[in-house]
Amino acid sequence: MGAAFVAESLSKNYKSVRALDGVNFEVAEGELFGLLGPNGAGKSTLVKIGCGLVHPSGGRAEVCGAPAGTRAANARLGYLAELFRFPGWLTADEVLVLHQRLSDSDGGTRERAELLELIDLSRAADRRVETMSKGMQQRLGIAQALVGSPRLLILDEPTSALDPAGRRIIRALLEELKGRRVSVLLNSHLLSEVELVCDRVAIILAGRIVSEGTPDSLRAGSGVEVETDSGVKHFPDAVRDEIPAIVDRLVADGARIYEVRTTRRSLEDVYLEAVEGQTG
Amino acid sequence: MKVLLLARYVLVECSRRRVFIVVPILSAAFLGLYWFAVARVFATSEFSSVPGPFDERLVVASTMLGLGLFGSFFLGVVLIVFLTFTVARGDAEQGLLQPVVVRPLGRRTFLIGRFLGAATVSMLYVILLFACCVLITRGISGWSPDNVVQPALELGAAVVIVGALTLLGSVFLATIANGVTALMLFGTGLVAGLIGQIGEALNSPTLENISRVMSWALPFEALYQSALTSLTEGISGLSGFLIRLGPFGGAQEASPGLYPWTIGYLAAVGLLTIWFFRRRDL
Ligand SMILES: Nc1ncnc2c1ncn2[C@@H]1O[C@H](COP(=O)(O)OP(=O)(O)OP(=O)(O)O)[C@@H](O)[C@H]1O
Ligand SMILES: [Mg+2]
Repeated sequence: MGAAFVAESLSKNYKSVRALDGVNFEVAEGELFGLLGPNGAGKSTLVKIGCGLVHPSGGRAEVCGAPAGTRAANARLGYLAELFRFPGWLTADEVLVLHQRLSDSDGGTRERAELLELIDLSRAADRRVETMSKGMQQRLGIAQALVGSPRLLILDEPTSALDPAGRRIIRALLEELKGRRVSVLLNSHLLSEVELVCDRVAIILAGRIVSEGTPDSLRAGSGVEVETDSGVKHFPDAVRDEIPAIVDRLVADGARIYEVRTTRRSLEDVYLEAVEGQTG
Repeated sequence: MKVLLLARYVLVECSRRRVFIVVPILSAAFLGLYWFAVARVFATSEFSSVPGPFDERLVVASTMLGLGLFGSFFLGVVLIVFLTFTVARGDAEQGLLQPVVVRPLGRRTFLIGRFLGAATVSMLYVILLFACCVLITRGISGWSPDNVVQPALELGAAVVIVGALTLLGSVFLATIANGVTALMLFGTGLVAGLIGQIGEALNSPTLENISRVMSWALPFEALYQSALTSLTEGISGLSGFLIRLGPFGGAQEASPGLYPWTIGYLAAVGLLTIWFFRRRDL
């Protein structure tokens, strides 16, 4: 099977605003792909195109081999929108029933119970949505996205309203999905979260992808610190492979070396650098 | 069968949402008021026992039932507008729509399902109200129209047309704007009907033409007029003439093309709604 999601020279204009400007990337099967970028960068526009909610102005998007927005594509998709609401007059369990019917899931009571359990909402199964807190609704939204065992899960800031415990639950959930070979396309502003769970990350800026790779590769070239008798020396652009040469040179210069370490930048550093490099 | 699924959820919504509690309350209030008005009219009027040139009781009863028909129409329109005015854009702005449309069903199915639900509820509602008016009128005056099925169905169809137009509006207009537009359109239709009646009374072809064009453009008005007319169909002579002079007399004869036009109109509005809705970014 091919990629779970493909974007090919995707562009989108909202009247005069160019929200996406030739975006190319792929999410492989079973891959957890994180999309980062400042407010208004085009992340939500991109995933909405993937769900068929927004029509691209140019290029194309595919979900599991089917053109985005078709029934075949939507049948393999689970989506949690950035801003969403469920009818307040339905209970949590009934929301899942509705989505089971809409997605032709035959999971029945068991699937619903499992999903509610997964996001720690079992006790609220019979509560109406209108009586739930924002975070509880977001949990329900995540459960809803998982109805019908989608092959691709598109989550647009799924943890924005969650408490720390809730975030951890989602992180564990994402790890578990990876085990089940479910692909995930995740929009998030929580860099530490993305760093922890994503296989690959793209940084999108003003509608273009400016940087893409594994979190490790993005952080690579993060510098070397050497502790010598005359203090700590920094080599900010050095990579791990250069360490022997650096040590040789320092020793040749007569320094005594106590410790050598590679300094790892966080994804946040990489992100801010990329964003400020382009806009600042 | 996701169409039926979505339609069924409209019924569930009506039975559960708190705002819908006002529907039975207002309906009961309307029917109570109608009963009171008819009872008072018949209690206070002095009908001559000698048969005159026309049947006073008949004129009063059918005029009152015309009023009941109008009241039912109005309440039915309010209900269907309420059920359809946010379906596309309003619900999209709330985020209610996205989780549903992203499921494998297609936007057309979504619209048809929602419309079917709203139309069914409103049609049943308006027919029930009208039936109550007929029963109240008969209970008090002893008169009931020869033909009740036709006006009831025409009334239902009129309400459904208002719903279809509101749904079309909901693709473009945000919640409140669409609600206001829908009710204004309804008002415009009513005015068109009144212009026609005035035109007929004054024998002014210009006014009648304006009214005719507007009834074709907004056929819920033509259907409503036709319902009024068919209420009094069996009444002839001076009685019939007097009834038709009144605001609830249904002076205009429906043209024979009204039913095919209604069906074609609904289909065209439906296709346009689907066509525009498919193109929208949500
Ligand atoms: N419906 C719309 N009409 C007009 N412009 C829009 C619309 N939706 C988005 N935009 C514009 O498109 C650009 C991208 O918006 P988008 O919502 O995709 O950003 P984002 O990366 O998701 O931002 P955030 O982090 O704030 O969620 C922004 O400039 C935004 O103003
Ligand atoms: Mg966004």
